[in-house]
Amino acid sequence: MSAPAIRVQRVSVRLGDYEALRGVSFEAPEGAFVAVIGPNGAGKTTLLNVLLGLQRPDQGVVEVFGMDPAKLPPDTLGYIPQLKTLDRSFPGLAIELVVTGRRRSWPWRISAADRAAALHALELTGVARLASRPIARLSGGELQRVYLARSLVRNPKLLVLDEPGAGMDIGAEAEMYHLIDHYQTASKATVLMITHDWEGARVHATHVLLMDRGLAAFGAPAEVAREDRLLNVFGYAGHQASTHRTPPDA
Amino acid sequence: MPDSFTWEIMGLGFVAAILVGFVASYFGVFIVQRRMAFLGSGLAHAAFGGVALGILLDTQPLFVALPFTISVAIAIIWVRDHTGLAEDTVIGVMFSVAMALGVVFLFLKEGFSGDAYTYLFGSVLAVSMTDVVLAGCMVAATLCTFPLWGAWAYATFDRDLARTDRLRVVWHDYVLACAMSIVIVVSMKIVGMVLIAAFLVLPAATARMLSQSFRQMTLISIAIGVTTPAIGMYLSLFPDLPPGAPIILVQSAMFVAALVVRKQGMIK
Repeated sequence: MSAPAIRVQRVSVRLGDYEALRGVSFEAPEGAFVAVIGPNGAGKTTLLNVLLGLQRPDQGVVEVFGMDPAKLPPDTLGYIPQLKTLDRSFPGLAIELVVTGRRRSWPWRISAADRAAALHALELTGVARLASRPIARLSGGELQRVYLARSLVRNPKLLVLDEPGAGMDIGAEAEMYHLIDHYQTASKATVLMITHDWEGARVHATHVLLMDRGLAAFGAPAEVAREDRLLNVFGYAGHQASTHRTPPDA
Repeated sequence: MPDSFTWEIMGLGFVAAILVGFVASYFGVFIVQRRMAFLGSGLAHAAFGGVALGILLDTQPLFVALPFTISVAIAIIWVRDHTGLAEDTVIGVMFSVAMALGVVFLFLKEGFSGDAYTYLFGSVLAVSMTDVVLAGCMVAATLCTFPLWGAWAYATFDRDLARTDRLRVVWHDYVLACAMSIVIVVSMKIVGMVLIAAFLVLPAATARMLSQSFRQMTLISIAIGVTTPAIGMYLSLFPDLPPGAPIILVQSAMFVAALVVRKQGMIK
């Protein structure tokens, strides 16, 4: 039996006086699509940072493909950050951003091989026409596709997405799920995605990790999405009209 | 027209101004794009503290100001990263302390110090061969950092993304801050402490408005950084001004021209 793609054992992280993660354990097999869900402050981003090798756990063991995440070859990993972390005023072109996926630095010049690979990745995500467009003039949905192309250009074994649907309309979000599904089917990559989108997780994920600083539940979406668990973690289990509402008179 | 004697005196100043203009405009693109302009201002004040200490010790002020300013730059980054305080708060504290020390050092030095005035407002006449050699070394050192351009640009665009690609962004922060310190100290004699922050920022800010790629921004910034000190120094000859102000005014005029060009939609 092969080693799991992600192994997290009794991991705890303290950020100053705040306990961001408490004894989290789970294992995700290779090829899994793990949706990480939880309320704000549940430790999702801390877990992500641990898995990316950016944050050392205070306790516990973390392995990605059997390795310490901090020592994982960067090309193994495709990371799509939240759009809020980037500098939208940066004078760069979409194709330059994609080339960073191959070069791990901003290109001064783009070689023919890098250009061909970047254009192919942009084609896969349906935005080859945007290659020469400045990043500042891309919409949120277009930028997510460029970021996805940037990840795909290195053909990663693990694709990590941090709230990729934030700021997207439902059509763009559905299209993004389709692209991820398509890549995963073709490459057998493992996907880990932080999201607040229960519906998307239920349809696309093979596993759901429900977090509340510690682990609240881990398993198949139908297994995890029980009303009692949601009530326990979110204090909420879905939209319910509190009063009978009628449309106002025209 | 300036006579040949004036040109002879001005020669060293011209060469030094062009050399520091190159370096300042190169690092300026990172300073502007990382929103570090206040760090430039803070380090200029810190450099003044170092210059004052050099004057008090009766030694070449630049040789004291250099380690002094680099220490302050390192302290700013370290305190920011280890306390969670905002960068502008840390800079505000550090530069006030350095400036206060500078005032004390100057007060302890008996008699009026014309040197201090030189460093505050810049002076062509004060530029020596040592300054030109220092500026030349700084250009050589800057060219050596050119392989880091891609990494610095990448971390400037998205710091977290660069970290996931194992770029040592914190280490690069220290290198950039030290480079800024050196540029500031070496440029002080020409531009003056009061105007140095603008000298670091204006060419890059102008270039930003005319560029669609970071490479383009870097090249345009360097072109402005190299030409404007020469023009500004030439203009300073007529009313016999300290060179810093005309240089900054020429750079400001280019900034306004770029703004107009951009607003007219000539550049998207």
